[in-house]
Amino acid sequence: MSDMSTKTEELQRIASQVRRDIIRMVHSAKSGHPGGSLSSTEIMTSLYFNVMKHDPANWKRDAKGYDAFILSAGHLAPVYYSVLARSGYFDIKELGTLRQFGSRLQGHPCTEKGLPGVFQPSGSLGQGLSAAAGIALAKKIDKDGNRVYVLLGDGECEEGQIWEAAMFAVNHGLDNLIAVMDWNNQQIDGKVSDVAGIKDYEPIWKSFGWETIVCDAHDFNSLLPAFEKAKKAGKPAIILAKSNMGQGVDFMCGTHKWHGKAPSDEQAAAALSQLEETLGDY
Amino acid sequence: MKKEYINSGNKDTRSGFGAGLYEAASRNQEIIALCADLAGSLKMEKFAEAWPERFIQCGIAEANMIGVAAGAALTGKIPFAGSFAEFITGRVYDQIRQEVAYGNTNVKIAASHAGITLGEDGATHQTMEDIALMRVLPNMTVINPCDYNQTKAATIAAAEYDGPVYLRFGRPSVPNFTPEDQTFEIGKALKLVEGSDVTIFATGHLVWEALQAATELEKEGISAEVIDIHTIKPLDTEAVIASVARTGAAVSAEEHLIAGGLGELIAGTLSRNNPAPLEIVAVDDKFGQSGSPAELMKAYGLDAAHIIEAAKRAIGRKNR
Repeated sequence: MSDMSTKTEELQRIASQVRRDIIRMVHSAKSGHPGGSLSSTEIMTSLYFNVMKHDPANWKRDAKGYDAFILSAGHLAPVYYSVLARSGYFDIKELGTLRQFGSRLQGHPCTEKGLPGVFQPSGSLGQGLSAAAGIALAKKIDKDGNRVYVLLGDGECEEGQIWEAAMFAVNHGLDNLIAVMDWNNQQIDGKVSDVAGIKDYEPIWKSFGWETIVCDAHDFNSLLPAFEKAKKAGKPAIILAKSNMGQGVDFMCGTHKWHGKAPSDEQAAAALSQLEETLGDY
Repeated sequence: MKKEYINSGNKDTRSGFGAGLYEAASRNQEIIALCADLAGSLKMEKFAEAWPERFIQCGIAEANMIGVAAGAALTGKIPFAGSFAEFITGRVYDQIRQEVAYGNTNVKIAASHAGITLGEDGATHQTMEDIALMRVLPNMTVINPCDYNQTKAATIAAAEYDGPVYLRFGRPSVPNFTPEDQTFEIGKALKLVEGSDVTIFATGHLVWEALQAATELEKEGISAEVIDIHTIKPLDTEAVIASVARTGAAVSAEEHLIAGGLGELIAGTLSRNNPAPLEIVAVDDKFGQSGSPAELMKAYGLDAAHIIEAAKRAIGRKNR
């Protein structure tokens, strides 16, 4: 197991490269979802380079003895694939195959193609918290003291199943389950607060019995303490990470218009000029 | 004289599931049982009493239950997630598709109260579409046993099989006539009665009706073969083709809609291999209603009398 205690500065450097990967992958695939991937970049970088106990070289789908991660909002595949490759699950060269025929990097994550690091398929929204709760429950039964992390989109939390899972996790005492909500207030048709009328998620999660921790999704100095607090919650915890869709690229930032659209050649070049190449492009 | 099947006493197939679950779980501690507020209906009480830490009450939240089962399966657990057949298929189809079938997780979907014999609760609870929904999913195995003993054996076999299984059984007490100590082979059709004039392919509660029909047909000089299709997917196509190659005519019988059911499956198999007249005993494009199971089976044409008529029609269409 590699040393995961990377400092904030290093995490920022990784995040910059992950953002470059996202832009380059979606640009070359000519389709995909850059907006949410950019908003959850620091969350995913924190998880894979600091928070989680994992062993990329010896990964197994049963997660025995390690933490597990479920990407519930499957359309955030670009950021997921980038952090998986950058943390050593597979060669970064494979990132260039996103969405291509036969690729292990399907448009939404799958297990069928055998990509290391992917525990469950996702794409149909609202299902990942349940799967994560199932792993967490099994870990309790097996007295495996490790945790399960799950990334939710805020739009996705309009799905009723999320709240079925929220009830279940509390009722079954799953203090080994940590959810993160990428709270960018954007979904395909507009703002979450307009489309679904949800202005504030915190009281809702609280009322279901969850520990809630609000933080800045783009500041590692806010995110890392949030994870530490979540680990000690003694009950299911959710980090409500306030983010900007499209963070890091000025013309993509803060709008739902880049939820599921690939940049043109000019736009990709403009985006990449704003993101430092820190670790080397794939 | 043809082989006779004796009813050892009516029993519900869901109790066969409960007994099979208990027996499988007593041998393998990785087995867990999940229910959505229907532990009694699913006959999970004995399991829950014996292994409370392995019994997972999910409340009336079937979608979450499927996801929890899939997540637990990843870690090596063998989850049996149970509810009424309607609520564990139609209500959660997309969850099963993504988390169980596409994810190819080792989840056993335990579907009780399937078909019209659920009875008095009426059409909201009587699914006759579930086989169709489940059999179109890649990676899914679909099993529909015929009586208590077979359901018990099928449950044990499902626990031992690695992969998603849809296990369908029912509410009412019905004849229990297959051997108590049988081994259940997934995907292997069972020839219950040999015959030469027509083959009756039956599944679930209709297998007993098919046996009664064969006995009556014999009195009229018609030799009917009866094959129990307990596994709908994968279908034992060899057995289907070989039997009809000899008899030259077929009847299918199931407690399900015609659309997407066993009959259409047999029809497809025959037409691709050795076309022969087939009559389908199933429900044609309508919902059920309240009534006693026997009343409904008769009213919806799912009994021995209708199988007999269908057999004669099929034979009448030979070499036409």
